[in-house]
Amino acid sequence: MAEHTEHKHEPNYLEYQGKYKGLMGWLTSTDHKRIGLMYFYAMMTFFLSGVVMGLLMKLELIAPGEQLMGAQTYNGLFTVHGLTMIFLFVIPGVAAVFGNLFLPIMIGAKDVSFPRLNLFSWYLYMIGAMVVLGSQFIGDGPPDTGWTFYAPYSLKTNTNVVFAVTGAFILGFSSILTGLNFIVTMHRLRAPGMGWMRMPLFCWTLYGTGWIQLLATPVVGITFLMVVAERTLGIGFFDPALGGDPILYQHLFWIYSHPAVYIMILPAMGAITEIVITFSRKTVFGYTAMVISSMAIAFVGYFVWGHHMYTSGMSSTARWVFSFITFLVAIPSAIKVFNWTATLYKGSINLQTPFFWAIGFIFVFMIGGFSGLVLGSLATDIHVHDTAFVVAHFHYIVFGGTGFAFFAALHYWYPKIYGKVYNGKVANIGLVIFFIGFNLLYFPMFVLGIMGMPRRYYDYLPMFHTPNIISTVGSWILAIGLIIVIVNLLRARKGSGKEIDNPWDGRTLEWRIASPPIVENFEEVPTVDHEAYDYK
Amino acid sequence: METTTHHEDLHRDDTASKLGMWLFIFTEILLFGGMFIVYSVYRFKNPVAFHIAHEELSIPMGFINTVILLISSATVAISISSIQKGDKKLTIQMLVVTLLLALTFLINKYFEWGAKFEHGMYPGSELMSNLSHGDMLFFSLYFFMTGLHAVHIIVGMILLGVSLYKVQKGLVHSTRFVLLENSGLYWHLVDLIWIFLFPLFYLIH
Repeated sequence: MAEHTEHKHEPNYLEYQGKYKGLMGWLTSTDHKRIGLMYFYAMMTFFLSGVVMGLLMKLELIAPGEQLMGAQTYNGLFTVHGLTMIFLFVIPGVAAVFGNLFLPIMIGAKDVSFPRLNLFSWYLYMIGAMVVLGSQFIGDGPPDTGWTFYAPYSLKTNTNVVFAVTGAFILGFSSILTGLNFIVTMHRLRAPGMGWMRMPLFCWTLYGTGWIQLLATPVVGITFLMVVAERTLGIGFFDPALGGDPILYQHLFWIYSHPAVYIMILPAMGAITEIVITFSRKTVFGYTAMVISSMAIAFVGYFVWGHHMYTSGMSSTARWVFSFITFLVAIPSAIKVFNWTATLYKGSINLQTPFFWAIGFIFVFMIGGFSGLVLGSLATDIHVHDTAFVVAHFHYIVFGGTGFAFFAALHYWYPKIYGKVYNGKVANIGLVIFFIGFNLLYFPMFVLGIMGMPRRYYDYLPMFHTPNIISTVGSWILAIGLIIVIVNLLRARKGSGKEIDNPWDGRTLEWRIASPPIVENFEEVPTVDHEAYDYK
Repeated sequence: METTTHHEDLHRDDTASKLGMWLFIFTEILLFGGMFIVYSVYRFKNPVAFHIAHEELSIPMGFINTVILLISSATVAISISSIQKGDKKLTIQMLVVTLLLALTFLINKYFEWGAKFEHGMYPGSELMSNLSHGDMLFFSLYFFMTGLHAVHIIVGMILLGVSLYKVQKGLVHSTRFVLLENSGLYWHLVDLIWIFLFPLFYLIH
């Protein structure tokens, strides 16, 4: 099954006409590729609205004092920005879009194990998204608790917390079902010859992610239900005035929300792994180590939630234990960075846009990772807790990590998804501007945090002015870069780009079929007789 | 695409369906696991209040419901083994018995809750808000956890009801019974959770 160029008789998944035509054909489709794309379009819409909220916040912070909005509007804005970005973009992110699009193809299957459940997950995602975003506009005004809904404030504020929390609960359900579907798919639908240790590494990261989604999400689900019950029925689970324990809320919240960080980053690492391998044109360094590190991140990630709570009042034993485990989880992450670098060594590197995004990812991810060590150690965390330093750290990890990986994956698989080629030069220019803007935007926040500027205020002391100006200007540059990147991709979609099955000399199964793939992915079920990356 | 049956058989994978159900059960266990953590923390913090409050609950009522659920687990298991043997009649009978037992459980629950409501004891009531913190937490947890469990009973009944309908229609039969098996699995989970709820609220001192 070397080169397929003559397949015009089989309709590809984009032009396929089933029982329903046009838009209904998409909304009722159980084709994993169409569902992946539906996630993609919805997610980009939410992501861009989150970006606009971020830009507005940065504009407010361009000078001390009230510029655009007052405290309450700002509080609502950072809450809904956080909810949108976390629950609607980065948590489903790479897994829901590229996992759906490519997981079945990469293991040689026609679809996921439960295609209808997969479509149902998408609808749940959309309903949850509408409820979360609706909380911004209706009723008593946007929630102002931050995306963490910390008790007891989330129980007392008069804003739309119930709506936002319910939306997050529904989104959690969607995430659980996607994870379940992917795990079963990998157990049951691997093509003949595709042993576990022949799966592409992206699939392995999705496998680890699936388990986190299954086992961590229900904990936050029940916690959110308790918040809803507390607000509507006056049950005192977390309100100290009623005998509840607000610290318990924080524990339950982070038992999910820390592993959620790995839901975000693991598939991102997987996508980066694929890209580094393909553009080094060399087999991966340490396949087994990559598999083990993925599973180790998923596993150890469960036991570090306490590092969000060093200042909340835990026993000092609990604190040093959590700190120690936090340092442990850095090891498998470091193994990945080491193996990426070792894969590059003596590879015949192909300098193309996805590769540049991957390198950008490794750079910002390392800054995010190292600053995470500052936050993970007890002594230094006390100094920078709840300052702009934390904001900078998690934007380097979440936006710099998952966001960069998302765009890397998009540029990598774009020709496969649409059968079109984008303008590489413009894409690179967009990336460079984006990269500069990103660092200008977030790096000053490290400095601000160490200087002592707290997070989540619409105002600040004049002494913090200069870094804030740099940061705001950086947000504009980042936006320009983003616009260039997106417009370039949109133009490629509209344009007449040539169709190419394997533009990067990739070796995983998706590069051995037509671009765009036909409805059933493979003309005949493939038999796999080679390792995942069989470069010479 | 050929005939519909052929198409369905092509994609049929009972092992996958069962694996999926097991994974979903793990999720459910963690959902209740979160509740059990909350329960343990508050029991640890308010041992005396929890002890006194638990005496308000009627052990016979809880015991009867426990027995009902245990029997219903047995009947659902019999219905699965009889569908495997192709005994459609016994399958249907056993499913009907299971559903009736489930209904009895809910009716019992209704009277149990109803008695408390009559005394003015329900979340958000004046009486509840005048209780000590420990008592209030106990009853809040009681209503929340048994309520959530009752929701699961209803979901389980819907699953069993759909299975019953499909057995009658001949869509679930001796070579195609994964739907019934999965509904049974889910029912055992609902039963199992109650087996933990019963001692936690009614029995332990």
